[in-house]
Amino acid sequence: MNIVVCIKQVPDTTEVKIDPKTGTLIREGVPSIMNPDDKGGLELALRLKDEFGAKVTVITMGLPQAEAILRESLAMGADRAILLTDRKLGGADTLATSYALSGALRELGYDLVITGRQAIDGDTAQVGPELAEHLDIPQVTYLEDCKFDGKKTFTIKKQLEDGYQMVQVDMPCLVSVLASSYKPRYMSVSGIVECFDKEIETWTVDNIKVEEEKLGKKGSPTNVKKSFAKAVKGQGEVIEVEPEEAVNIIVNKLKEKHII
Amino acid sequence: MNKEDYKNIFVFVEQREGKIQNVGLELLGKARELADNLKEEVYAMFLGNNIKNQAQELISFGADKVILVEDESLGVYTTEPYTQAIAQIINDKKPSIVLIGSTTIGRDLGPRVSARVNTGLTADCTKLEINPEDKELWSTRPAFGGNLMATIVCSNHRPQMSTVRPGVMQRMAQDSSRKGEVIDYKVEFHRDKFKVKVLETVKKEANIDITEAKVLVSGGRGVGSKEGFKKLEALAEVLRGEVSSSRAMVDAGIIDHERQVGQTGKTVRPNLYLACGISGAIQHVAGMESSEFIVAINKDKYAPIMQLADLGIVGDLQKIVPMLTERIKQEIK
Amino acid sequence: MDFSLTKQENLFLQMIREFAENEVKPLAAEIDEQERFPMETVEKMAKIGIMGIPIPKQYGGQGGSTQMYSMAVEELSRVCATTGVVVSAHTSLCAEPILMFGTEAQKQQYLPKLASGEWIGAFGLTEPNAGTDAAMQQTTAIDAGDKWILNGSKIFITNASYADVYVVFAMTDKSLGTKGISAFIVEKGFKGFSIGKKEKKLGIRGSATCELVFENCEVPKENLLGKEGKGFKIAMMTLDGGRLGIASQALGIAQGAMDETVKYVKERTQFQLADLETKINAARFLVRSAAERIDKGLPHSKDAAMAKLYAAEVAMEMTTKAIQFHGGYGYTREYPVERMFRDAKITEIYEGTSEVQRMVIAASLLK
Repeated sequence: MNIVVCIKQVPDTTEVKIDPKTGTLIREGVPSIMNPDDKGGLELALRLKDEFGAKVTVITMGLPQAEAILRESLAMGADRAILLTDRKLGGADTLATSYALSGALRELGYDLVITGRQAIDGDTAQVGPELAEHLDIPQVTYLEDCKFDGKKTFTIKKQLEDGYQMVQVDMPCLVSVLASSYKPRYMSVSGIVECFDKEIETWTVDNIKVEEEKLGKKGSPTNVKKSFAKAVKGQGEVIEVEPEEAVNIIVNKLKEKHII
Repeated sequence: MNKEDYKNIFVFVEQREGKIQNVGLELLGKARELADNLKEEVYAMFLGNNIKNQAQELISFGADKVILVEDESLGVYTTEPYTQAIAQIINDKKPSIVLIGSTTIGRDLGPRVSARVNTGLTADCTKLEINPEDKELWSTRPAFGGNLMATIVCSNHRPQMSTVRPGVMQRMAQDSSRKGEVIDYKVEFHRDKFKVKVLETVKKEANIDITEAKVLVSGGRGVGSKEGFKKLEALAEVLRGEVSSSRAMVDAGIIDHERQVGQTGKTVRPNLYLACGISGAIQHVAGMESSEFIVAINKDKYAPIMQLADLGIVGDLQKIVPMLTERIKQEIK
Repeated sequence: MDFSLTKQENLFLQMIREFAENEVKPLAAEIDEQERFPMETVEKMAKIGIMGIPIPKQYGGQGGSTQMYSMAVEELSRVCATTGVVVSAHTSLCAEPILMFGTEAQKQQYLPKLASGEWIGAFGLTEPNAGTDAAMQQTTAIDAGDKWILNGSKIFITNASYADVYVVFAMTDKSLGTKGISAFIVEKGFKGFSIGKKEKKLGIRGSATCELVFENCEVPKENLLGKEGKGFKIAMMTLDGGRLGIASQALGIAQGAMDETVKYVKERTQFQLADLETKINAARFLVRSAAERIDKGLPHSKDAAMAKLYAAEVAMEMTTKAIQFHGGYGYTREYPVERMFRDAKITEIYEGTSEVQRMVIAASLLK
């Protein structure tokens, strides 16, 4: 079974802070990490590999420094790593990104394509379904859990807001995984030692068969018109008193606001 | 593609087990406002099986026309039949704007459709407006974990598609006297492409909707455990509210995902949001900052939640919450 | 010398920090409170290779560097000094001497099990009358033809009772003084070997510290480690490496106390923290430099001694001040600095007290 996991390097948005004076983002010192949902997806791939045997390839489209998450994937147990990087891919929206990835996926071949549900920097959750559409394969998003019959069929538990759904799909297909679905394994020490002996294959647009006008900024239907920091709300009162007094203050406020 | 050929605002109105989802009505309300501005019409795309008798209701919530598609493959949502139907409607009717609720279903369907009809899609919008100069749709959404707002346009492709967060737009007051037309629409399905089979759909027993609660007692890392949450539940009960939580508590398995507030949870705007032991990471704040009145109890004076709260109490929630519960019990006697 | 981390070391640091934060930190207060050995953590560490970092691949190890091993002990100790010393004693004091001095057969027999973490290792040198002065060994080993017979006892043995393999020192010829000491590999099931009293300690309370008792203990002939009479040298060379482990532990404790203090004082300006931060970094450079010399196969006795002496002092100073910064709360178990303060003290004592480190450093000057 050939599994390809699409991963993305993202800024750790939980570490991002806003400068209270200027209202702008403080990006300095924010670490870059493997997108958490993607890491959950990689864990699913590695579990399938452990149980059924599979070749796990990770691919990322991004800047050369995205090599770091590919090394991490290799140290966790992935077999092959592709870095798709090219100036022509710059400024891509989700449609152009998924199109470029679809070109790479066709070159690689796949039985199962795994993406994270969404990336924490964009939160769009669009690349997975768009990629499935470009590849003309079925998709199951919001995967919480799955069983593989060892031949070709997946039985998947799919998250819904108010419950879940059990669905069945045959390979080839694409699934998108939640970070909470699979706790990712730690890189092993030997994995870390060995992953630096493995090659990370760098691909450019020349390695994939695609129409260049559909790539990058040129190939993106959407554009960012403007971006701005959210207005910061004025600070209320902060009170440090004994619990008894705190309770009094809260109760008085709630009365004042007619909540009780 | 000629942009002038594309007209009218189409809303995908989601139903589950024949029940119209709130977000669909919220989008009809917003679409109505945008359409009036553009002097265009609002179409509701209503897909399902045996749902005809509810089509009229969509008109009373703002639709001018309802495109009703009924098929046995549309009873329970799966990606491909819905994508085929919506894509055919778009190619046939050429709307200028398509709005979809960003539920788990909408976020599965939206990108599949946009890729199929080759247009752009803006995800999880919190604001939609028409630019007065060129009548383009400006879709504004949080990015970077809610740290940044971005306004996205789709200038050279049609339709302009957006998914919109549930709970953000306001539905219009129902007006049963509104007139409109229900169009029974036939879709040419390619059934050989239906590859995903639904075995069962399981609803969770207690179906609470924290977005409807007037009071939310919300717990974060500082609550610590299931026992800690019991204290919050007791307080929520006397305040006739619900408990909700930050992501940390959901990831720790202490509380259910459906009670999660924030970027990956729900957007809430209760009259009172009582944040207990929640530090106020930006992802959480994104889901509760529009609350009417925010009280935070936290040991850390410098936690970000303190800057957002109308009333910040520096202290131990494990002590304060039970005392507050007892006190309110007496107050409301 | 280049103190910036390689890409590989950075990746390793990312892993070990995540592991320490998620798996080790949540247990730190509990195992201290209950004086409980963190067996479940050892199992988790074994699974990802932390119990065999610098052991070569051919012996079932991870093939990592001493630098990585040192970083692991630092990062573990940053959140839980007990877990740090479990790894340090196991690796530096048991697996390393077998790797350095063992026969091929001994390495094949013991290293794969130690490196995989299936077995835990320990080291038995200290006796009631032979602490700092290791030459005063009272434990004896008599050549009984096909086996060695050991008699005597060892005290303050880290990992004892949970360990499966012990590197133990005994007098094979009292008349020769230090040249009459030999090293042995003793397995927990050997006849006549038992675990004695368990110590109740001020700090690192989750680590097991016990007495080893040898009553006509039978050790197979082939379990002599190194040549007969070379035990003292083996012990000293082992401790050179072990000191790096303890230096890393002390550094981790200091860093952990700094983390907690920064979190506590947050936005208040505290100039004293600047001095402490500088000292922690100075300690880290000493530790990294000693680790680098070990990785390069250079003499490192003085370097490890300086790293341990200084890091232990910084750990004491940092944890003492950390409590002060916390005020009354720092003295309670509600905040981890109370535990860190108790954990720090041992780093000035075991594997050579600070006085011994000074002797080692001074001796190298006057050579």
